[in-house]
Order: sequence, then structure tokens, then C-alpha cells
Amino acid sequence: MPPRLQPGQQVGGFTLIELVHEGGMATLWRVTHPGQGAPMLMKMPRIDYGEGINQVVGFEVERMLLPALSGPHVPRFIDAGDEGDQPWLVMEQVAGDSLRPLLDKAPVDPERVAALGALAALALDDLHAQQVVHLDIKPSNLMLHPNPDGGERIVLIDFGLSRHAHLPDLLAEQFHVPMGTAPYIAPEQVLGVRSDPRSDLFALGVTLYHLATGQRPFGFPGSTRGLKRRLYQDPVPPRALVPAIPRWLQEIILRCLEVDPDARHPTAAQLAFDLQHSEQVVLTGRADRQRRSGRLETTKRWWKSIGMEADRLAGKAEATRAPLIMVAVDLKHGDPALNHALRDTVQRIVASSPGARLACATVLRTQRIGMDSNLDAQGRNRHVKRLVGLRDWTRELDLPDHRLTFHVLESPDVADAIIDYARTNAIDHLVMGARGMTGVRRILGSVSAKVVAEAGCTVTVVRARSSDEDAAPDPAA
Amino acid sequence: MRIGLLADLHSNREATEACLEALARAGCGRHAFLGDLVGYGADPEWMVDTVRRHVERGDVAVQGNHDAAVEDPAASSLHEQARAAIEWTRGRLDAEQRAFLRGLPLQVEEEDRLYVHANAWDPPGWSYLGTEQAALRSMNATGQRLTFCGHVHEPALYFDSVVAGAATRFRPHPGVPIPLLSRRRWLAVTGSCGQPRDGNPAACCAWLDTDRRQLTFLRVPYDHERAAARIRAAGLPDAFAQRLIGGG
Repeated sequence: MPPRLQPGQQVGGFTLIELVHEGGMATLWRVTHPGQGAPMLMKMPRIDYGEGINQVVGFEVERMLLPALSGPHVPRFIDAGDEGDQPWLVMEQVAGDSLRPLLDKAPVDPERVAALGALAALALDDLHAQQVVHLDIKPSNLMLHPNPDGGERIVLIDFGLSRHAHLPDLLAEQFHVPMGTAPYIAPEQVLGVRSDPRSDLFALGVTLYHLATGQRPFGFPGSTRGLKRRLYQDPVPPRALVPAIPRWLQEIILRCLEVDPDARHPTAAQLAFDLQHSEQVVLTGRADRQRRSGRLETTKRWWKSIGMEADRLAGKAEATRAPLIMVAVDLKHGDPALNHALRDTVQRIVASSPGARLACATVLRTQRIGMDSNLDAQGRNRHVKRLVGLRDWTRELDLPDHRLTFHVLESPDVADAIIDYARTNAIDHLVMGARGMTGVRRILGSVSAKVVAEAGCTVTVVRARSSDEDAAPDPAA
Repeated sequence: MRIGLLADLHSNREATEACLEALARAGCGRHAFLGDLVGYGADPEWMVDTVRRHVERGDVAVQGNHDAAVEDPAASSLHEQARAAIEWTRGRLDAEQRAFLRGLPLQVEEEDRLYVHANAWDPPGWSYLGTEQAALRSMNATGQRLTFCGHVHEPALYFDSVVAGAATRFRPHPGVPIPLLSRRRWLAVTGSCGQPRDGNPAACCAWLDTDRRQLTFLRVPYDHERAAARIRAAGLPDAFAQRLIGGG
């Protein structure tokens, strides 16, 4: 057994300050380093404990993945090494608390549950975009981190069970038992699938269920047989436990908990989108379910689940593309030719990916100073008028309701409103029209140029093909 | 230090130049040539001279079965066409160039690394290493933690399990650095620089960052049509040219 580490001791050039966690798998020390100012944690797997394989492999997985990850939703990797037999790694210490303490206060207000769920789903979307499935999402691995601007975000921690699509999977062939945390593990993970990002959506669904109701949807099974029960027995609907939960939230949570990954939201970004736009969630039978399925139905599903092979639920998700498309429509200066070109482009984009959803947005400009009247000269609500206009704009696209949402953004700056919307909703592809070469554009600058420069996603700027006279310089300029 | 790794160059000047350039861009100051410098391709003289210059500057090169066959056709069981290419190659090389190939070591050990053309358990036997069992056998035959080899033309990375008696094969993704974790042994088949055979005509190579202990596999597109045209112009079998174009 290695000698016990003491505060003040040096490991790999770092000074141990304080033991902050001592678990069965690893110990965590707060450390300092002369060249590093930010608060840091050193993680060391316990190699003195039992046969030591599990915790060391989990540590190695994290050691392999963390340097490959970046962005605001993961802790920053700093260094790693070996002190004799003892491997260690140092990462940024994430300020804030995990969602774990919130469970003691459950049931939590449904609006807050949805807001936290949206933040977690946005973090997962960022992780999935980096080719990584977390595979151990649970409240204690979701850190609620205050943003400098006063907002908050979720930072994901503990990548000991994670899978990177382009790096060796140290866990794939060594353990033929389900790996995960019993209450949260997805059905396909129980069967050994380690490559489907939608497994994280299931685990997030369990988390939201627990926060919203104070109960675990599948209990805390202690055996593989117990884990497999979630393949055929559905949970008690959240509203049966807490009637104050809105139907849209039950719809979202039960969709996350679908046994078949194909029945869940196709991407974390789409889940985040629903959680942020509750009024536009398409309600199905899930929203009104009042009790879990009867014995007959459960028995039928149990028969079906026997011998259910991993490949039936296997991760096709790496190939699935279900992007969020946003179209910014200018309803006020609607140029018919441009409108036609814009609709035509959107049509082609949504047609090429059947899982895509389209968010149609328009910006209602508000005054920078002073009060706005929300009524126009005729006294009609301007906001509602724009919504009607948007719906009309999409009529010819002929898309089913569940693939379409409508948003009237109110802001003094059109470009800022579009950029902000695209960012907070993890939009993959933004389509907008170019404003014509008019005097207005000369004064205000180009909205599309700013959006292209600052939106963090693909932007397509559509221009109507013009005849030569139209393209000539504006004589008024 | 960053070490560029090239295997199965097979007298392909265009592919080798493209890989050396890509490795220079990655910051490689040293190289290891993992055997089969000659055979199949149209530029044996250039290849031998180039590798010899590198070795004189401190780079590593090991002998492959095609290199050995230049001197002793019986030493390596090449198929008929490959043997014909080696006959042709012998005619192109002068005594000094042949002596260089003859004098190449079968394996080189350096710090925690082993460089060998085919496998560690019997380097002059040239057995192919294409399974997890063979990879484990090779890892068990050396005390070195890292093995770099070629011979099999398709890139692969094997690592041993912490559970004894097993190794796992991983298909590397080009350009993604892989941390070679210190508690395991790793065996990398870097893939063929001069004659890729996995359906992708781009040349294979890899580089090791010894400070970060990371290995990155690369695919380097090059003018394979020119290399193929020069094989045809040299009067070598058309199949060798076809292979460069189809990548297999």
C-alpha cells in the first residue's frame, strides 16, 4: 500500500493543498502550481483498493478523453503523469455545486427543472459534437456553474465511463456487465451498447424525473436482472405523482425515457429546444398518461425484451443527422423574389435531412429608449400579427407540425437577436436573406454580414438572382 | 521530441516526399523507416539514397522482406510479380546502395520503443501481424512498451488489456492524437506509405510525440497517378500501378 499523501507534498510539480474527496474509485486533491493561477484538482485512482481494475481503467479513460475535449461545458485538462505507480491527472476545478443537493429538495418547481434540463442538454449537445458520449449522466456529474454575465451553465464532469468515437475504447472488451449508474443507465447500455449519444438523453430524463417528482423512475436496482426491468416496465407518469407538473414536461420526460432510442429526441439540441419552448412542444399520448401500463401490456413487452439483442437498440446515432435549422424571415420589407429564394433554399435543406426541425423566426424591432406600444395603428397586437405572418410564410413548405416552430424575437438590434437566438438554441444551420443594396443598408450596415461573422453555426445567406438593372448601384446613394 | 514513422515505402518517391513534408509540418525532427524501402515502385535509387542520408543524420531504418530479397531472393517468400520487381530493383542499384540495404538491422530498440518490420517474435521470419493474438504474441516477445511496425499495409493500433492475456485492436482515425497510456503496452502498424491497400490511395504515416506520449496517424494525399505512370514507364507490372490508383 503506497504511503498516505499529506498536504504540502509535491506530485508532478503540483503542491497538494487539501483533500477534497476520498471515494472508492479515486481521491481528489486541490492543488497549486507556480505557473497556474486557476483553481485546480488532482485526481488519483485508488490503486490500493481491491483488484483495482475498474477504478484504474475508468481513470485511464478519463486520462485519454479529457485532453481531447474543449469548450465551456467540460473542465479544462491541465496535466497528467505518474508518481511511481500512482497515476494522476490535473484539471480545472469547476466552481459551483452539482445538481445532487437539489434532489433533497425535490420535487423542484417544474419551470426550474426544465431550465436546468435545457442547460444540461446544451452541454450534452456540445459534448456529442466532440464525438463523445458521456454514459454516466446523473445529478452529481452535472455541475451548475455561474457565468460571468450572471447566467449559468452546466459543466459535465467524470468521464470515466465515456466513449470517444475516434479514440480506443478501453472499456469495450473488458467488461461484459452493464456499466453505468443503476438508476440512470439507459436500456441499450444495459445491453452493452456504448456508442449512442441518445443514452445520455435517457439518463438526463431520469434526472429530470427525479428532480420533478422526488422519486426515481426505475428505483435503484442492484442486479443486472433488476436493470433489465426498464426494458419492459414503464415508469409511473410524473403527473400521477405531482399533478402540478405541466403536460408538456411529462411529454418531454417520458420521451427521454423511451426504451427505443429512436423514439427519444434525436439529438440533445432538439431536447434543449423543447425544454426552452414549452409552448410549442407537440403533445402526444405521453402527455396525458395517468398510470403505468397494465400487467398484460407489461407482460407482452417482457416477452419482447427477452433475448433482445444489443444490435436492435444499437447506436445508429453516429449516422443520424437531425439538425436544428433556423430561418430568419424579414416580414416587414418582404421582397417577393427574395422570399421565394429563401423558401426554396429552406425547402431543399429540410428535405435532405428528414430528422431536421425548422425554427422560423422574425425580429420585431423595439426602441432602444422609451416604451414601445405593442399595438399597431389599427390596435392589433404586433406580436400576434408577426406570428400569423410566419405561419403563412411556412405554409408552402408543407412540413408537419412537429417539425416546425415559430418565434417572434423582440430586440432593438436585428442581428443581435438572431445571433443570440441561434446560440442559446444550439442551432446547426441558419438561413437568412441578404438585405438589398439600399440606402437603409448603407446606414445600418449589413445584418447578414454581422450574423455570418458572429453566429457560431453554419449560415447560408440567400440572395434572389437579380436582373442587371436591379444589380446596378442604387441611384439614391 | 517528435518522431515521424514510415513503413512500406516501396520505392514510391511521390508518396514518401509527401509524407516527409507532412511530418515536417507536424514538427518531426527525427524519423524511423520501418522497412520495405524498395519493391513495386519506380524509384529504388532515390529511395535508398534518401533513407541513407536520413540514417547518416541519426534517423532509424530497419530491414524489410523486400529489402532482404534484393540480396537473397530465397530469404523471403515473395510472389512471382514481386520477385520480378526485386530482380528489376537489383539491376538499378549500385553496390553501395545494395550494401546499405544488406546492412540494415532487423530491429532497433530506443528508450521504451521497438522498431521492427513485421513482428517482434521472429523478425527474419516475416510472419504477418494481423490479429489481436498475433499482436499480443509480439508484445510478449519484447521488453519494450511501444512497438512500431509495418509489413501489414493497413494501419492499426493494438493495446494490451489490464486483464491478462488479451489485446484489443483499434482502427485509428487520421489526425486524432491518441494518448499512449503508460500502464499499457501499445503496438502500432503505421500503414503503408508507398502502397496503401485499404481502398484509400492516400499515403499512410504516423508521428509520435515522446513528451506528450501521443501517437497520431496520418493519411497524406499525393500525386499517385504520377507514381503509377512512372511504374508503367519503367516497364514494371501494370498491377502495381493499378494498386496505387485504386488504393488496394
